[in-house]
Amino acid sequence: MSHDSVDKLVRMANQIGTFFMAQKHPDGVASMADHLRKFWDPRMRNAILAHVDHGGAGLDPIAMEAVKRLKPPVGSDG
Amino acid sequence: MTLIKEIDYGTPESPSVKSVTLTIDGKSVTVPEGTSIMRAAMEVGTEIPKLCATDSIKAFGSCRLCVIEVEGRNGTPASCTTPVAPGISVKTQTPRLAAIRRGVMELYISDHPLDCLTCAANGDCELQDMAGAVGLRDVRYGYDGANHVFARNNGEVNFDWKPKDESNPYFSYDPSKCIVCNRCVRACEEVQGTFALTISGRGFESRVSPGMDEAFMESECVSCGACVQACPTATLIEKSVVAVGQPEHSEVTTCAYCGVGCTFKAEMRGEEVVRMVPWKDGKANHGHSCVKGRFAYGYAHHGDRILEPMIRESIDQPWRVVSWDEAVGFAADRLKAAQEKYGKNAVGVITSSRCTNEESYLVQKLARQGFRNNNTDTCARVCHSPTGYGLAQAFGTSAGTQDFDSVDDADVILVMGANPTDAHPVFGSRMKKRLREGAKLIVIDPRRIDLVKSPHIQADYHLPLKPGTNVAMVTALAHVIVTENLVNLDFVKSRCDWDEYQDWAEFVSLPKNSPEAVENLLGVPAADIRGAARLYATGGNGAIYYGLGVTEHSQGSTTVMGIANLAMATGNLGRRGVGVNPLRGQNNVQGSCDMGSFPHELPGYRHISNDAARQAFEKDWGVSLDPEPGLRIPNMFDAAIDGTFKGLYVQGEDILQSDPDTRHVSRALANMDIVIVQDLFLVETANYAHVFLPGATFLEKDGTFTNAERRIQRVTKVMSPKNGYADWEVTQLLANKLGLNWNYADASEIMDEIARLTPSFAGVSFKRLAEAGSLQWPVNDASPDGMPIMHIEGFARGKGKFVITEYVPTEEKVGPRFPLLLTTGRILSQYNVGAQTRRTENSQWHPEDVLEIHPHDAEDRGVRDGDWVKVASRAGETTLRAKITDRVAPGVVYTTFHHPTTQANVVTTDNSDWATNCPEYKVTAVQISTTNGPTDWQHQYRELTEQSRRIASTIDAAE
Repeated sequence: MSHDSVDKLVRMANQIGTFFMAQKHPDGVASMADHLRKFWDPRMRNAILAHVDHGGAGLDPIAMEAVKRLKPPVGSDG
Repeated sequence: MTLIKEIDYGTPESPSVKSVTLTIDGKSVTVPEGTSIMRAAMEVGTEIPKLCATDSIKAFGSCRLCVIEVEGRNGTPASCTTPVAPGISVKTQTPRLAAIRRGVMELYISDHPLDCLTCAANGDCELQDMAGAVGLRDVRYGYDGANHVFARNNGEVNFDWKPKDESNPYFSYDPSKCIVCNRCVRACEEVQGTFALTISGRGFESRVSPGMDEAFMESECVSCGACVQACPTATLIEKSVVAVGQPEHSEVTTCAYCGVGCTFKAEMRGEEVVRMVPWKDGKANHGHSCVKGRFAYGYAHHGDRILEPMIRESIDQPWRVVSWDEAVGFAADRLKAAQEKYGKNAVGVITSSRCTNEESYLVQKLARQGFRNNNTDTCARVCHSPTGYGLAQAFGTSAGTQDFDSVDDADVILVMGANPTDAHPVFGSRMKKRLREGAKLIVIDPRRIDLVKSPHIQADYHLPLKPGTNVAMVTALAHVIVTENLVNLDFVKSRCDWDEYQDWAEFVSLPKNSPEAVENLLGVPAADIRGAARLYATGGNGAIYYGLGVTEHSQGSTTVMGIANLAMATGNLGRRGVGVNPLRGQNNVQGSCDMGSFPHELPGYRHISNDAARQAFEKDWGVSLDPEPGLRIPNMFDAAIDGTFKGLYVQGEDILQSDPDTRHVSRALANMDIVIVQDLFLVETANYAHVFLPGATFLEKDGTFTNAERRIQRVTKVMSPKNGYADWEVTQLLANKLGLNWNYADASEIMDEIARLTPSFAGVSFKRLAEAGSLQWPVNDASPDGMPIMHIEGFARGKGKFVITEYVPTEEKVGPRFPLLLTTGRILSQYNVGAQTRRTENSQWHPEDVLEIHPHDAEDRGVRDGDWVKVASRAGETTLRAKITDRVAPGVVYTTFHHPTTQANVVTTDNSDWATNCPEYKVTAVQISTTNGPTDWQHQYRELTEQSRRIASTIDAAE
């Protein structure tokens, strides 16, 4: 996955995190992780997980936490 | 097959619930109070002669042909203007009435040409019919006196005669045939609401005048065709009827342009369309139309249409015409090869929001059953995906809450980020009618759209907010509603989640969300925001209509939920006259979403991870389905650039022109091993395609479209497909090459499968649609006849959900390099990427895209009206001509994206909605400068297009 693409995923994840942070859900992190599971294709989820494994530069705290909950990576032949 | 003739009752239906019984020609008739005697007579099959009356417009009482006698009353009143009364006895034919009518007709005919045999209206002329009906046998006055008929009288120039006006490309106006019945003038006012026509002069000088006695094309006329339809003679007539002759049969079908979903009678002679006439019984349009649906169908015969399949090894080669079998074989082999080499998720599809439900269903089925992945998306991604997400969160269904008729009961209409008079013109006319009746209007839009001020319409509030600040606006409106105690607490307590409401109310009440706190950010005075909020909350039935100006933002989904919050807080849901109404872009955006085109959900909006839903499809289709969501369109492009996505089958969407950041899209397409484009023309995307499969127009296939009000309507084949196959048949050919063994004999079998597998479509079939005319989903055991208005007793999800709408500024900010905000939209005569409308005479109204710029910004940059200007953003640059106007606020520029030479999307960026990746078309920071002509990119692109559109001649191919 290219730098550009990872940067874009980080930007998208932060946008999502901002929304769920504003909600008074008991668990915004869980809601965000659920959103990622529902709408992000496995390769996107795996790419952002790999990015987190490398330190997750650029990710806001809530986004970082939410991405971590996506573990383990999704088995995919794509 | 016969020509469908609707009954003309002469005057509109009375809405009264009180009945009146009277006697007409000895027959007892019971009708609603307020009905005209003319209409009551027609109800029992008695057609009173008439010329100036028709039931689409109010009675006028000018022709005096419809006179009647009422027992015990003096005189001979006009039956069109005389309402029924209890117990009266009416006679429609007596010697006195017959003599009056004959006398009236004699006068009309004494000033009318007698060229009936060679007249285009021959066989469809009410004047001719009435002459027959009244028994006209003689014209005692002769034809030699003063008249409007002859260019010369006895060799002298006749100044009362006027030549034909042929300026409009679709219809002609022949003043010599006009009987001054005023029907055209009234239709323009009452039905269309444009007020382009009037009667100039008095008495014998009276004549129809477009604008100030101008030619039609120079006047304000929008060419909707209402006047032509209303004209009882050949005065206003379609040029196609003049050219071809009267039609002999007709079929009802649904327009393939915008999301209003007008139904038309396609009036035919053999397989030739003579004209498209809006169908009176159409529930979406009630007999009205716009310039696109009524007239712009000529693209079906345009010379640019590609009718044979073509392939090429690589995109630098010319196209090679091949057989269907070879084309789909080549496509299937390459798709399989891509999956073998790069994995099963390396290929995908894009379904079309212009194609039928049945076609979208099959394309997503091809991905799920054939590719065994969920890489399916649709152009709704780039328009209304935030509506799908936002309304599903708030109410539990991804759709608008009302039918169009509901607007008749609205007291306050709030239009946000939509331009109905241009983009949804037939509904725009309905809305204007209601506004003329006194409904209040709030417009939230950066531009002064026509609704803000047009003849007999004026918005009570226009809030011209800065592009990108929608969320701050809806939150500020909510702040006023909550802090001024305008909330409908009974509704909220009984219908919505109370805890979530309280969290939301607390949030919107924060001082930072007050109109005063955000007025500078929005560029709208706080007092106006307060006034608009009060009006919406307290003005009676409040109905919100919104469009892509809401969805196509980085916070598009948040704004949709913010709109839902406003409707719930004020109790404006669950009855007529209220609701949250997304105005859908393309004809079948709603349908393509319903059909499971999105990568995360199966038909009927059930998430792909839902085991029960998935198993139903697995059982029916005989395969196991991937429970993981697939790629959305922008994600497909990113994956293609990364090299993990290698093959795409695109049906009826021109992603290269319509999707943002053209250079990014072209890089992605160029990176794929197999791009299959199925379309009518070699569209821009086809520049990067390896296989071209010719598509069929809506006139050439059967199926259904679902409009913005969830209304499922039939599309009817009226001519054989010129390319040989309907689009669903082409998909079936490809599927079978991939080994799927599909056997659909006709489109109705596909709908039967959809109904079998989709609970909200359970009761839908072609047979049911034929009986009902149309059905609004859900159609199932609970609502067998469909559901015009949703959420009447409770929300589909249970309790309505209030969502906190924190404003997050877009990353697309103005600065020294790019100080202006570009926003994009549509105009009336063109449609989307223009592939269809540009290939019709509609281009006479809009030959090129122009850039609207405020006089201040223009002056700062030395730009004059009509100058070539360069628009540059961080994504790219393009050139077009400037139009200086104060419709846009200072700091904002606007253009349309109908023409590929402009390539407005070269400038738009890859920013997108946080929830759905719907692109942020509506906000791009740009700089404008004067220039001499097209940019290098435009030159290069033109060369590329010419290169890639080469088709090898058969001799070349043999060599």
